[in-house]
Amino acid sequence: MHAVYSAIFEPGFFASPQVHVAATIGGLVAIVSAVTGVFTVMRGQSFGGHALGDVSAAGGAGALLVGLSPVAGFVGLGIVGAGVMDTIGVRRLRGRDLATGIVLGTAIGLSALFLHLTTTTGATTGATQQVLFGSIFTAPAGIVPVVAALGVVALVAIGVVYRPLQLTTVSPDVAAARGIPVRLIGLAYMLALAVSVGLSSLAIGAILSTALLIGPAAVALRLTRRTGRAIGLACLIGVVMTWLGILLAYDSFYWGTSRQSLPVSFFIVALVFASYLATGLPAVRRTVR
Amino acid sequence: MTADELTMSASAPILEVNEVSVALAGRQILDQVSFGVAAGEFTGLIGPNGAGKTTLLRVILGLQRPGSGTVSALGRHGSLRRQPIGYVPQKVLLDPDLPMRARDLVALGADGDRYGLRLPSRQRNDAVREMLHAVDADRFADARVGTLSGGEQQRVLIAQALISRPRLLLLDEPLANLDLRASQEIVRLLARIAREQQIAVLLSAHEMNPLLPVLDRVVYLAAGHAASGTVDQVITTETLSALYGQRVEVLRVHGRVLVVAGEQAATEAD
Repeated sequence: MHAVYSAIFEPGFFASPQVHVAATIGGLVAIVSAVTGVFTVMRGQSFGGHALGDVSAAGGAGALLVGLSPVAGFVGLGIVGAGVMDTIGVRRLRGRDLATGIVLGTAIGLSALFLHLTTTTGATTGATQQVLFGSIFTAPAGIVPVVAALGVVALVAIGVVYRPLQLTTVSPDVAAARGIPVRLIGLAYMLALAVSVGLSSLAIGAILSTALLIGPAAVALRLTRRTGRAIGLACLIGVVMTWLGILLAYDSFYWGTSRQSLPVSFFIVALVFASYLATGLPAVRRTVR
Repeated sequence: MTADELTMSASAPILEVNEVSVALAGRQILDQVSFGVAAGEFTGLIGPNGAGKTTLLRVILGLQRPGSGTVSALGRHGSLRRQPIGYVPQKVLLDPDLPMRARDLVALGADGDRYGLRLPSRQRNDAVREMLHAVDADRFADARVGTLSGGEQQRVLIAQALISRPRLLLLDEPLANLDLRASQEIVRLLARIAREQQIAVLLSAHEMNPLLPVLDRVVYLAAGHAASGTVDQVITTETLSALYGQRVEVLRVHGRVLVVAGEQAATEAD
C-alpha cells in the first residue's frame, strides 16, 4: 500500500514549496483559462486566442530583455495586442481572421528578435524555454498574489458581461437590436482573454497557452449542453489536468536513472489532449449526454 | 394610387416608415420608402432578393441610419433601441456544439441585455416555458439548439423574440431555409400569435405564396421603391409595373400569384 502511494506521490511532493507555488499558480491559471476558454470556443476565436499567446510571448521576451518581470510583459503586451486586433479586425469574420494572422506573424517575429537579444547579450539563460514553454516550477512565491489579482480581474470582467456576451455570441444582430453595445462587450471579452493567456504563458508557456485555453473548454462542451455547467466542468478538467501534470512532472525526476524532470507543460498538454480524445469516442459521448 | 394613399388609417399605426432613403456604398438601396403597420396586423414585406428588405428591417430596428426619412415605432420617434421590438434575423448560425438548450436561448431573450450573473428565477423559468409552449416547442425545450432542424430553430428564435413581450415582431426571411411543410407551420404559428397576443408582425420574404392565406397587408419592395396595401391592391400588373419601372405581369393560378417579367419569372412560385 505504502509502496503504491509513494510511487504515485514521489518523496517530498507535498512538502515541496515549489510544488505549492506551482499548484497555486496552475490552479488559478486553469480556472481563468477555462472560463474565458468556453467563450473562446463558443465564439470560434481559438485562432485569436493562439495569436494572443504569441503576442504574449513577445511581451514576455521583451520584459526579460529590459529586466522586467515576465508577467508584466505577458499580460501587458497581450492587452495591447487584444486592443490592436479589435481595432483593425473589423466585425466581419474574414477581416477578423486576417487581422489575427497579421498580428500573430508580427508577434512571433518580435519574439525571435527579443529572445535572440536576451540570450546573446543578457545573463538570462533559459529565457527561450521560460517564455515559450513556461516556468511554473521556477516561479517565485511572490508572483502568486499578482496572478490571483489579475485572474480575479479577468473573471469579474467575464462575470459582468456574462449574459450580453452570450447573446452577442449567438446573434450579434439581436443583441444590437436590444441595445447591447456589441463592440464593447467583445472588447471586454478580448481583454479578459488577453489576461488569461498572459497568465497561462507564465505557467505553461506562451505557445502552449492555447492548449489550456481551448482544451478543457472543448472537452466540457462535449459533455454538457448548458453554458454555466460547461464553464464549471472546464474549470474542473483544467485544474485536475494541471495538477496531475505537475505531479507527473515532479515524479518524472525519479523515472529512469537520469534524474532529470520532464517539462510540466508537456504533461498538462498531453493530459488535456487525452481527455479530448476520450470524450470524442462515440460511446463516451452517448453515455454522458 | 401612391403608397401614401394606400396606407391605412383605420387603427393607430404601431410603425410608421416615412420617406426613408438609404444608400450603401454609393448604391441607392431604398428610395423614399413609406408605409405603416397597425397593431395586430400581419404584414408581408415582399420583394426579390437584393430589393433592400434586410436593410429596411435594419433601419426600423435602429441598426442602420437612414440617409433621409424617419421611422417611428409605437408612436415614438427617434432611437427605437429601447422599445420592445422583437427581432428574428435572417441568419443565425447555431453550432451543434453550442452549449445551450432551446430554453436557454429563449431565456437570453428575457435577460440577455442585463449585466452580471444570472440568478435563479421561477418567474423567468415560467415565462420561458410559456413561450416555448406558445411556439409549440415544448418537445425539444431541453435539446441543444444547434442540433434542432431549421423549422425547430426558427420556433425557438421566435420564442426568444416574443419573451420580451414586444408589440411589433420583425422577421427577416424566416421561411428561407424551410421546406414547404415547415414554412406553412411557421406561417400559421405567426398568424395565431399575431391574433392572440395582438402583436403586429412584419415578415420579409422573397416568395409570397405561403403567406397569402394570412397576410393582412403587403409591402412590396422593388428597385428601391415600395408600395403597400392589401394584396389585391398591391399585387397587380399596374402597381408592380410602376414599381419595377418595367412591364411585369401578375398572374393568378390556382390561388397562387406569379409575378412575371417578360419571359422570366421575377418572383417564382413553388
